[in-house]
Amino acid sequence: MTDWKFTVRQIAKNPLSVVGIIILMFFVVIAIFAPLIAPTPEGHLNPYMIPREGYSATPQPPSEEHIFGTTEGEYDIFYGVIWGTRSAFQVGLVVIGIVVTIGIILGSLAGYFGGVIDEVIMRITDIFLAFPALILAMAIVAVIGPSLRSVMIALTIVSWPSYARLIRGDILQVREEDYIEASRGIGASSGRIIIRHVLPNAIYPTLIMASLDIGAIVLSAAALSFLGLGAPEGYADWGQLTSFARNWIVGPYQNPLKYWYAVTIPGLFILFFVLGWNLLGDAFRDIFDPKLARR
Amino acid sequence: MDIRKLKKHFPIVGGVLRRPVGAVKAVDGVSLVIKRGQWLGLVGESGCGKTTLAKTAVRLLKPTSGHIYFDVPDEVKAEIEELESLGRNNSKLKSLLKENDLATFSGSRVRLFRRNAQLVHQDPFTSLDPRAKIKNIVGEPLRIHRILSGQALETAVEELLHTVGVSTGQLNRYPHQFSGGQRQRIAIARALAMKPEFIAFDEPTSALDVSVQAQILNLLKELKSEFGLTYLYITHELLIAESVCDYIAVMYLGKVVEMAKPEEIFHTPRHPYSQSLIAATPVPDPERRVGRIVLPGEVPSPANPPPGCTFHPRCSRASQECRELEPPLELISENHYVACFHPL
Amino acid sequence: MKDLIRIKDLSVRFHTYEGIVHAIDDLELDIRQGETLGIVGETGSGKTMTALTILRLIPYPGKIESGSIIFLDTDRRREFDLLKLSEDKMRAIRGNKISMVFQEPGAALNPVYTIGDQISEVYLLHRRNELGHRAKQRVDNLLSDGGGPVASVKRPFWRWQRRLYNKISQESNPFEPRFLSHLPLFRRLLWRLKNEANLLAVDMLKDVEIPDAARVAIHYPHELSGGMKQRAVIAMALACSPDLLIADEPTTSLDVTIQAQMLELFRRIKTDRGASVLFITHNLGVASEVCDRVSVMYAGRNCEVASVKELFLHPSHPYTKALFDAVPMPGKELQTIPGELADPLNPPPGCRFHPRCPNAMPVCQQEKPKLKEISKDHMVTCHLF
Repeated sequence: MTDWKFTVRQIAKNPLSVVGIIILMFFVVIAIFAPLIAPTPEGHLNPYMIPREGYSATPQPPSEEHIFGTTEGEYDIFYGVIWGTRSAFQVGLVVIGIVVTIGIILGSLAGYFGGVIDEVIMRITDIFLAFPALILAMAIVAVIGPSLRSVMIALTIVSWPSYARLIRGDILQVREEDYIEASRGIGASSGRIIIRHVLPNAIYPTLIMASLDIGAIVLSAAALSFLGLGAPEGYADWGQLTSFARNWIVGPYQNPLKYWYAVTIPGLFILFFVLGWNLLGDAFRDIFDPKLARR
Repeated sequence: MDIRKLKKHFPIVGGVLRRPVGAVKAVDGVSLVIKRGQWLGLVGESGCGKTTLAKTAVRLLKPTSGHIYFDVPDEVKAEIEELESLGRNNSKLKSLLKENDLATFSGSRVRLFRRNAQLVHQDPFTSLDPRAKIKNIVGEPLRIHRILSGQALETAVEELLHTVGVSTGQLNRYPHQFSGGQRQRIAIARALAMKPEFIAFDEPTSALDVSVQAQILNLLKELKSEFGLTYLYITHELLIAESVCDYIAVMYLGKVVEMAKPEEIFHTPRHPYSQSLIAATPVPDPERRVGRIVLPGEVPSPANPPPGCTFHPRCSRASQECRELEPPLELISENHYVACFHPL
Repeated sequence: MKDLIRIKDLSVRFHTYEGIVHAIDDLELDIRQGETLGIVGETGSGKTMTALTILRLIPYPGKIESGSIIFLDTDRRREFDLLKLSEDKMRAIRGNKISMVFQEPGAALNPVYTIGDQISEVYLLHRRNELGHRAKQRVDNLLSDGGGPVASVKRPFWRWQRRLYNKISQESNPFEPRFLSHLPLFRRLLWRLKNEANLLAVDMLKDVEIPDAARVAIHYPHELSGGMKQRAVIAMALACSPDLLIADEPTTSLDVTIQAQMLELFRRIKTDRGASVLFITHNLGVASEVCDRVSVMYAGRNCEVASVKELFLHPSHPYTKALFDAVPMPGKELQTIPGELADPLNPPPGCRFHPRCPNAMPVCQQEKPKLKEISKDHMVTCHLF
């Protein structure tokens, strides 16, 4: 039985992972086809700024023109969530990509060489881990100035220490294996050993955590945007949309759920996005762990 | 390979500041010579330091002290010894050592040396990278040292695998798709890739079945005669050593206690430990029972070896001298060395 | 004397992704009372699986497809099929009438409990009656002695304990002590059970020749050496004087000199206790040291079984002969067996050994041979006979 067949069967064993993959594919399709699904109106320069037809402060319920309604400031919610998918992917993938890279580099140096390098790198990670993550991120964004880019920078700075530690731990374990010693025995240089032998064997827990984390990163970005520390006003970002709905979460006394669409729809998009990545991370864990045990 | 007074101690760190509080004296003053083309068997139980000795000899570990000479002419060795005995630590001595003593090599010199000496690990299930194809595992030495590449490399790898008895057309498979015996063959193929002169084997068959073990041992015999190799073969089973080796060294707690030809060790052991080792080894012969010389007690820890002769607490012939002084390894009859004050 | 264990037509198969693995294939084997039977085989021969099947500890996805294992309960003079027992009854047998010693002593011992505690656990599970009885006797002594300073206060508690222990010693699962053991403070009333179990555990440790047993009993497994740990595991296995002790390669991970001590111990177990031992090993030398009869297994079948002397002097099955030739002995040519071990997923048809057999005949490819007696007490599964 080939490895692929085994992998597919492992995934199929756990229906939730299949659900996760479907959810994510759904989002990927939306992100790719955003211009088709929610076309930018004529003359609008930046497609990431949500078009508005007026300046009315009250959110309008879903109608023919605005499928999901409009939110405060008469921004079209439908357009916002569709293009928000793109920015969600952007934030998630860019941040995780950079963080994992930094983590791998520093974690490998610390784990493989040990000694002084290990100590120095670990103390630096300690310093960063001493701050509560979201607070530090808020502080960084506040200093640089709110924008989506500063959110990404802040989240990168805050997330890399955990990855460095995780990879270091796995490398410490793999380093002691016989085949690493055998590679030294045939004269391989440290660099070659790390890249070709240690990392491919140590990377799996990291990949699992990374996929789980994309959801968490997007959630944190949304939180920062909700607090006003993220994307500029009117930017197509789920957190931004929830930020607009801040004053309209509870409606008037007689009809408290009158403006449900303003906060619920962006919220649902966030929820399913994070859920999809979490389930994918679980799927990865199911694939990789038993496979390792099987061998 | 000429090993002189080799010591390998592993420091034990303790306390908050991680200061060295002691040392595991894995190899504590071993001298032995392996002649070209010889098959030397290194026998001992767990904790006696045989694996450490082999790994230090091929410089996978850096020795704490002592000399390792690989293919060095006698005159040079004699000169070094003379300079050392005169006690003058001058530049001539230093340069001679740097040139010839493996123990001082580092970096690229060690890497160059790797082409001459290889080690085959004990457990074939962990000595091959599970995520690498065997084509890359066996071809890696050639690639690192830039001996071959491309198609020539693949052909060479196929040939190597064929030599060790792994059927062709399996280049793109992964280690877990092979049985234990086949994996060990792949490991041997990797060791042979750079055409070394010397191969150290760390209990290569202890993880394998009896029938597979026989196949591997026969393979090693063939390879040795075909390529003119020199072997350092570690095992804890005396029977295997006596069956295939030219010469046997018995180790106990970091020191060599006896060295002789296999027939002599088997029939006329002179060291009490060798004798009890032989007596304790079960033989498939219902007439012969394991001897009543059942050694009392346990093997002491190499971090805290007994003073004097390390074997004295378990030895029935121990005397006051044994408790205080360390017996040197001496020639007791032709080609037969023993380290004991009261040899049998 | 009747056989202690009679295995007949046993087949165990594993239904895995890659296919069906025939772990045990039409096995027929007997273990007699008081004998040490050795099973010699290589990887995939099914020797470990046989042991696990007797105790019904086969891991998923294994299934017992057919066969019977008749066990003779010497106490009650009854025979029953182990494969048909309910899990409850099986649990009463494990550790009690049939117990097992595994290969890795370190893995068989729980690292967070002391040695003494782990051996006591066996007594607490299977010998509660006896523990209750002993505890009751101690309390009786206390009550009759008068008991020291605060006796008048303690007496009612002692009487309560006495009643509890009496119940435990007589009934099989008495309500009151069981109920009390779940209540936090009242559980202390039953502390004597644990105490008695600990004393018995120390006795057991002395029995397996562990020096300074009382001190060792309060040590944790990681504080002991391999040989001592294995002795502790043997103590656990022998605690309830089982009728059958199964030892799965108990000396493989030990040094030669320690192994010699262990083999002495096994020989002593046989003479002192009269228990049967099923000794599994891949080392023919070890088998000849300790066993009365030896069975050679290959690919889940029993190839040959005979007394040790008979087997070593007149090996008849081609595999047995080849195995002897492959053992390295000084001064002997090493003969290898051509081919590879039978693939458990796709075993050769007919006799499993025929592709590697120098005496293979056409019938070997078609029919599986049956166990036949070729001389007194010497049975072979081969078409040559």
